[in-house]
Amino acid sequence: MRDAVLIIDLDNYTYEVEHRPELFEKWLGGTGVAVQLMREHMNPKADPLSPENVIVFATGPLTPAYPLASKTVAMFKSPLTGNLGESHAGGRTAVSIAAAGYGAIVIKGASKKPVYLVVENDKVYFRDGRVLWGIPDSLIVGRIIAENEPGRGTRTMMRIGGAGEKLVRYSCVTTETYRHFGRLGLGAVFGSKKLKALIVRGRKKYLPTDAKKYREVYDEIYKIAIESDAMKKYHLLGTAANVIPLNELKALPTRNLKAARFERAEDISGEALAEYNLGRRIACSHCPVACIHLAALRLPYENEPYFFRTIMISYDYELIYSLGSMLGIGNRDDLLRLIHRVETYGLDAMSTGVCLAWATEALERGIVGEKDTLVKLAFGDVEGYLKAIDFIYEQPTEFYKHLAMGVSHAAEVYGGKEFALAFGGNEMPGYHTGYAAVLNYLIGMRHSHLDSAGYSLDQKAKELSPEETIDRLIEEESWRQTLSSLVVCFFARGIYTPEVISKALEPLSHSISPDELKKLGNEIYREKARLKVDLGFNLDELSIPKRIFETPSLHGKLSEDFVRKALDYYRKKLREML
Amino acid sequence: MKLSKKRWGGVKRLVVEDIEKCVGCGLCMFACSRRSAKNPEIGNSSSAILPVSLSGFERGATVIFCRACEEPPCAQVCPSGALKPKKGGGVVYVENLCLGCHYCVEACTLNAIFVREDGKIAVCIHCGYCADYCPHGVIAYKEVEA
Repeated sequence: MRDAVLIIDLDNYTYEVEHRPELFEKWLGGTGVAVQLMREHMNPKADPLSPENVIVFATGPLTPAYPLASKTVAMFKSPLTGNLGESHAGGRTAVSIAAAGYGAIVIKGASKKPVYLVVENDKVYFRDGRVLWGIPDSLIVGRIIAENEPGRGTRTMMRIGGAGEKLVRYSCVTTETYRHFGRLGLGAVFGSKKLKALIVRGRKKYLPTDAKKYREVYDEIYKIAIESDAMKKYHLLGTAANVIPLNELKALPTRNLKAARFERAEDISGEALAEYNLGRRIACSHCPVACIHLAALRLPYENEPYFFRTIMISYDYELIYSLGSMLGIGNRDDLLRLIHRVETYGLDAMSTGVCLAWATEALERGIVGEKDTLVKLAFGDVEGYLKAIDFIYEQPTEFYKHLAMGVSHAAEVYGGKEFALAFGGNEMPGYHTGYAAVLNYLIGMRHSHLDSAGYSLDQKAKELSPEETIDRLIEEESWRQTLSSLVVCFFARGIYTPEVISKALEPLSHSISPDELKKLGNEIYREKARLKVDLGFNLDELSIPKRIFETPSLHGKLSEDFVRKALDYYRKKLREML
Repeated sequence: MKLSKKRWGGVKRLVVEDIEKCVGCGLCMFACSRRSAKNPEIGNSSSAILPVSLSGFERGATVIFCRACEEPPCAQVCPSGALKPKKGGGVVYVENLCLGCHYCVEACTLNAIFVREDGKIAVCIHCGYCADYCPHGVIAYKEVEA
């Protein structure tokens, strides 16, 4: 069992390793372990951007033993919501952390000057990062570090762009260029710690306790992954496959959710992107699926004929929603340019899109003026949005300083809360499917659609009562705590059933029954809820943007009464649980 | 080359079929670690194959492993006899003779000899185990003629 926790202290440039078999035995890894490490190391009252905040990266027992289980959980206090920050990423991060010998890494304190960290097996190097600080383009930062550091092919490189340095509350940490700890502002936490990047490499081996069984179970899982339809959707068009179906269901938030159907959805669909732009597909480590779709965008130089630049841009459903339909952008090249700009600065695409959509409507309504936005923002106008993204990074006016703190904050200052599409402080994901989605955004521990997949429940079941909806959401989120402790990719949840997981853990000397795995999920859910409440979460403070009730969803016009009833029921459930 | 054809005819080798389809998943690398039925390993310590990007996977990939040289430089510099030329190309690796000096690592033009966690080396012996786990047909195990 991989039970080592690496604790790095940026205040003093020191580090230590603790072996915690009991921690990993009880909580598996990932989310389960991260919650406990947050408890141990962080003052719940800490200012998220102070040295008191703590970052935990945690991997699970299935990494790197099996395929489709290479995710890393990052946990921290979110500077966007002021509450629990949790973000998951793929890439090579989990495999590299495991190869260096660790189950988890904890980063505390803050450096006085910019640094980047290199973890190599048992050693941690604190590298001078002053020269890298101030480079806004996270792609260039990655290139420079790649030239300087060994470990090609096996290392992970997590870094921030300019947005993290400037403490944009929804800046991300980018890993291996195309994967992200995207949501809730881990980039700003890196920035506040003057931490530009974290590189991890190693070459540790682990041995199964039952060699024969291990190879058998591996082959079984591999076979399902390759041959079954369980993951077909992600193979072919990638998550972008969702654009057309959601649009047809009238669930694709459009122009700041003034509508839920976008007349140009087909132009920015997974099908169109695959036909005209798909240039290459890549995979996270140890994953046969290769769901990362890269579009090739060929851009001419206006004044220099026969000069072109071709850039590769990673796209997914959420980006198409937030920087496409939400902004009324129906031209693929325009959409890809926006995605690329967001990638460059290391911003979270969903939050950025929602902030810009709100700003556009605020400008339309005269709540803010062009003296604030510096550029005319209009749905469908890419040039304005490209400049506005630069401004979110540069923050040249008070308005952009506020917008860089999230849409809830900006609406608090300027008004327009009723169309500021955030839940619990986190900008909304791209599903206006109905009650389950809305409730998922509200009560999900991360306010993320992936917490409990409310959008999916909305599509499966139409006649649920408020109570049934809450019960189903809690049940799903609880099971996902087990998955994110292992740490299995949620896209592979159809493969990693409780039975398969139990079987897979056995040759790794981790004996746990399918029933126990389910129970553990409930327990981790409760532990996380406790942590969240300690961090100041209060259900009564949640507000719901009115827009949600105005624009008809897949379930028609949503009633506030239904949502209130559901929240009352959840309040009761939560009280019982805690 | 006629000579090669004669020498290598009927030899099975790990080959790259289409590098453009490499997605960088590394399943070959993990498979290589599991290759021993008796002592499969988890991780990449003993892996003798490494897919890498061309400075970012958007530019493509390359898969590094021993190409089974006719006159392997690695074996020529090995002071302990741990690496010996194999009939038909490539090397055999006698682990218990290996000093961990890494002269072979320096000698290989392809950087296809890897250092394990314990300081000894990992080199591809063309067993073909990894090829079964390449989901996209990038590598294959087949008879080569030249």
